[in-house]
Amino acid sequence: MTVVANEETATRIEAKPPKKHKRRKDGMVKAGWLVRLSVLLVVLMWTLPTMGLLINSFRDSVDSSSTGWWTSVFSPFATEWTMGNYETVLTSGGLFDALINSLIVTIPATVIPITLAAFAAYGFAWMRFRGRGLLFGILVGLLVVPLQLSLVPLLQVYQGTGLTGSFVGIWLAHTGFGLPLAVFILYGFISQLPQDLFESAYIDGASPFTAFTKLVLPLSVPALASFAIFQFLWVWNDFLVALVFLGTSSDVAVLTIELASIVGSRGEAYHLLTAAAFVSMVIPLVVFLALQRYFVRGLLAGSVKG
Amino acid sequence: MTADRVGLRMARAFLVVVVTFAALWFGLGFLSDPVAFEGMAPTVSKLTQAVIAIILGVAGIWALFYAGNTILEALPRRATETLRPYLFVMPAIAVVGLYLIYPTAGTVVTSFTDVPEGAGLLHNYTEAFTNPDVLLNLRNNLIWLLIAPAVSVVIGLVFAGLVDRIKLESLAKSFVFMPLAISFVGAAVIWKFVYAWKPEGQEQIGILNAIWVWAGGILADLGVLQGVEPVAWLQKIPMNTFALIAIMIWLQVGFAMVVLSAAIKGVPSELTEAARIDGASEQQIFFRITIPSIRGALLVVYTTIAIAVLKVFDIIFVTTGGNFDTSVVAVRMYQEMFRFRNFGQATTLAVILLVAVIPIMVVNIRNLRRQGIGA
Repeated sequence: MTVVANEETATRIEAKPPKKHKRRKDGMVKAGWLVRLSVLLVVLMWTLPTMGLLINSFRDSVDSSSTGWWTSVFSPFATEWTMGNYETVLTSGGLFDALINSLIVTIPATVIPITLAAFAAYGFAWMRFRGRGLLFGILVGLLVVPLQLSLVPLLQVYQGTGLTGSFVGIWLAHTGFGLPLAVFILYGFISQLPQDLFESAYIDGASPFTAFTKLVLPLSVPALASFAIFQFLWVWNDFLVALVFLGTSSDVAVLTIELASIVGSRGEAYHLLTAAAFVSMVIPLVVFLALQRYFVRGLLAGSVKG
Repeated sequence: MTADRVGLRMARAFLVVVVTFAALWFGLGFLSDPVAFEGMAPTVSKLTQAVIAIILGVAGIWALFYAGNTILEALPRRATETLRPYLFVMPAIAVVGLYLIYPTAGTVVTSFTDVPEGAGLLHNYTEAFTNPDVLLNLRNNLIWLLIAPAVSVVIGLVFAGLVDRIKLESLAKSFVFMPLAISFVGAAVIWKFVYAWKPEGQEQIGILNAIWVWAGGILADLGVLQGVEPVAWLQKIPMNTFALIAIMIWLQVGFAMVVLSAAIKGVPSELTEAARIDGASEQQIFFRITIPSIRGALLVVYTTIAIAVLKVFDIIFVTTGGNFDTSVVAVRMYQEMFRFRNFGQATTLAVILLVAVIPIMVVNIRNLRRQGIGA
């Protein structure tokens, strides 16, 4: 009874005209100018740096090294806009190769850990075997280990076996570093699938392998996508792992390595550096904008990556 | 089941395995063979290699699992059932064993044993904690840790709280969120331009110095002060460390904002509505109801950024290379590894990093579980 009474009072009070603030339909208070101004200020601070980079990448070498990018914004018609910087970095430098190398590294380094983790998550969630709890605990517990702990011993193994500078070597390295997180995310999802699903599949004569590929994987797409985007961006943007295990030679160097080496060698060639930086950002930005929804989920779960 | 059919299945399994391994072996050999691509134009050759490599990597892992399963199912039934779980979990265990467990143990052991003749087990640690350079790095890590997570969380929280009331909410959020897709190296380049410095008298091309000189000029005209010189933000000690921390904050606020914004939207509207009816102001609602309700999310965001900050490497390595007193433990570790080839010191620094990260990580994972995310 009290509840009903409360609701009635609430409705009655709500019906009164609001006193201080204007309200939107959803009951929220409308934003005042101070709020709008501060939001605008933050948005500007978060976009202008990237904006400046983008604008500079379309200005020629004289302009970009002698005047600020904003002068071109204020007088867009007096500026000579050019695509030349992109042409130069993509044709004469190692940047095109680096772009391809980034793809060679990133795609398998995303698919391999997802595959291994999905199999493992299914095994841990739906199979009974000796050592299950212990192995799962170890796997997820490894989330706490920063990858710096692996560098020295792994480098020695890699130098001993000739894996340094090979794509297989870096695929496996990213796989190892990404696996605890991948298992953590996928286990959370796969263990929640309804049990009846598997039982009916087994009754129909499916083997666990078939049940896994035909049922579990398609149903786990949201979790797989979350991790895939997270890992894709992580690997694409990685610098340290590539620097240590893949190196800087031009036939294997990825975009971040190439970009850093341009900073070192031609740091004053602003027009080329900006174009190169933008080339390195295009793919992650597209992936990110297209799949933002999945990314937010992965971000929440992925916040624990060591 | 007749012996005949078992034999047939074994033969088939054997064939699948041989073909898989042969294909992988041949493919990888082909890829690393410099002569194979010689006749082609450079672009074509690069693209061909890329296609082969990606197919090998992606199809290879599936082929291996398929081959493994074929062998497994060819075995006698009892063995199949006993071994099946291990086909699913062991590959992952093996990879983390090689890439995380073995090296971590190796790092810890090396940090104690890789010492000069006759020195004690703790040699590397006493060395590290008495070396003024390392102490400087530790101090810098501490400054980063004190500033970056707190500021990112506060900006993210305030922005999430404010933007909630604005029409173009999702657009405004996208702008702040976007740096999350940018690499630390890319961000370092972006900010090098913001911090760019030209000698006094020349036109400034970095926006920060342009604003700085312009504002200083106005103040000088008003007679408040005597005009300001452009600042080399990345070279001037101690300003440069804060300039670098700003880059990290710029990268992390989006993460804080997204997580906190989701949490704020999860606060039951009955709560805030009731407070509003009781006459609470928007500020009171925000500080007394919203913030206490999203404590868990605040902790996750704070600890996550703290961990990222402790391991910070790229930003410093690319901008200053650790010069001008900006170096931190992770940069120092890289230099010990590659410049000085001092693996004892490098592993010691890694262990110090681990010891610093573990407590934060434990809080983080515990709290994540409480929030019901993940396992």
